[in-house]
Amino acid sequence: MPFSTSIRGARVIALDGNHPGQCGSASSREVAGSVGPVERENGIEVEGLVREYRKGPRAVDGIDLSVAPGEIYGFLGPNGAGKSTTVHVLTTLLPPTAGTARVGGYDVVKEGPKVRSLIGVALQEAALDPLLTGRDHLRLQATLQGVRKDQRASRAEELLHRVGLADAADRKVSGYSGGMKRRLDLALALIHGPRILFLDEPTTGLDPQSRTALWEEVALLRREDGVTVFLTTQYLEEADVLADRVGIIDQGKLVAEGTPAALKAEIGRPSVHAIPHREEDRPRIAEFLAQFGEPLATTRDVAVRLRAGLGLTDIVRAVDANGVDVVDLELKAPSLDDVFLAKTGRTLEGATEEAEAEQQQKKRGA
Amino acid sequence: MSSSWPQVGAIARRSLVRTARQPASVIPPIVFPLALMTVNAAGLQSSTDLPGFPTESFLAFALAVPFIQGALFSTMNAGTDLARDVQTGFINRLALTALRDWALLSGQLAGVVALGIVQALIYLAVGLAAGVEFESGPAGVLVLLVYAAIVSLAFGALGAYLALRTGSGETIQAMFPVLFVFLFISSMNAPRDLIGVDWFRTAATLNPVSYMIECVRSLIVEGWDAQALVLGFVFVVVLGIVSIALASRALRTRMTRT
Repeated sequence: MPFSTSIRGARVIALDGNHPGQCGSASSREVAGSVGPVERENGIEVEGLVREYRKGPRAVDGIDLSVAPGEIYGFLGPNGAGKSTTVHVLTTLLPPTAGTARVGGYDVVKEGPKVRSLIGVALQEAALDPLLTGRDHLRLQATLQGVRKDQRASRAEELLHRVGLADAADRKVSGYSGGMKRRLDLALALIHGPRILFLDEPTTGLDPQSRTALWEEVALLRREDGVTVFLTTQYLEEADVLADRVGIIDQGKLVAEGTPAALKAEIGRPSVHAIPHREEDRPRIAEFLAQFGEPLATTRDVAVRLRAGLGLTDIVRAVDANGVDVVDLELKAPSLDDVFLAKTGRTLEGATEEAEAEQQQKKRGA
Repeated sequence: MSSSWPQVGAIARRSLVRTARQPASVIPPIVFPLALMTVNAAGLQSSTDLPGFPTESFLAFALAVPFIQGALFSTMNAGTDLARDVQTGFINRLALTALRDWALLSGQLAGVVALGIVQALIYLAVGLAAGVEFESGPAGVLVLLVYAAIVSLAFGALGAYLALRTGSGETIQAMFPVLFVFLFISSMNAPRDLIGVDWFRTAATLNPVSYMIECVRSLIVEGWDAQALVLGFVFVVVLGIVSIALASRALRTRMTRT
């Protein structure tokens, strides 16, 4: 008998065929009312994951990570760091060269079909068919994912409303904006009620409004449906706002992991940034500020990482007392960029630019 | 396997919807072969005076060509569409679903075959409206439609193989003239035994497309010619089997998933 109900906020989708891990399967229905095996199996476990390409360095170089059920895990790193390769391995599109990964309790190498049955994926390129409408896409995806025939239309309708595409549902995707394509991509990933969602740079190239809307939707999915989310991003703000925990990846290695607050706390102290009134005062101000902490490499201003126990008021008093001529004085709490800088010696923006320059050089060489 | 049939249907439907929404993919495979047939029928009617020419109507003789030429056209279009799926990453989207490899290929080919049959019905209607009589009767029309379906399947699989192997729509388009060379160096405009130029006759004899055209032509102008039918079916079935095997292999490589 078809059913469509809500158990502890989780939407249950009835599916055709053998879908062992999905919300609509017998196993999940059995345990949906209590904390049981499904809850435990909603996570991601990765040990020593390596992925090498034939020509080139290790894209992923020995990653260990663990994502708890119902958690939003932000995988932060510059272009070319290995984020998308990791997603491709975890979603069964690429076999790992070494190491193991279990998604929802299933091994990504040995149990690929089972993994695929319980995950939803929105890859970096929102690969949509420009000739199909949004509704066509959802119906196709619903059929391919085994959603029961009598539920396909209603499920498509529900998701179109959810992602705000109901009015554009019957328009060809070629006429969609970037934000609309991303939202449709998200809806497609959700069509079969996945327990684990992989989003590979879901907001890259989006305007701030679309980005915020997508963040809200992802947060809602976790909050109301208990979906586990593995999200890759190169945006610090995105990881900071959305993720419960963040893993920072650089050159294929996981260089830091923890909650955004814990990672920032690890870096510890805030920094003070001063803009000299006159450019020739810069060395003198740098020398003056150095007594309050260790100097930071910046181009626009003069900055120091404050020693423990010092605050902005201490600096302001000292600036006043010594007649130091500054245009602006600012206290900055540590950001994830500071964490990235501390762990890799580069800023995230700088690392991205480096990666892009390297890619262009390779293209020219080729 | 039974739960995969809706998937085959969904992929086939997508293939048809895509084609229907691209007038540039629908119109040329129907109009160009008919236009070429009309021009040839008008210009080459006097060849029917040659001793041994099998019919008095060149239109009846030439009607076989659109069936093969149209299949070539739609093959290229279907191949280009599939190559675009590879280029855009849509095939990864499909790989992430419960879709089975064979279901993707079957659905894709079902769409091509459905279009092939629609095209064949149009050529048939045009031929009948122009006064062509089918020597093999209504049963021959049925055999012709079956043959058109198999030709579409075989060429469709060839297009799918090229698309999956190269992943490039441009490469598929570049193959188009090559396939047309096969069409033109065949018995499309004259029976092989009436071709006067030796090298051309030899090339047409070695060219499998000649036997496909002659199979269709025999149903229209001669009635039931067992040899023409057997040769036509054998060549197209062999092409189909080889192409499907190659396409399946290429699909497994292209749709890598654990």
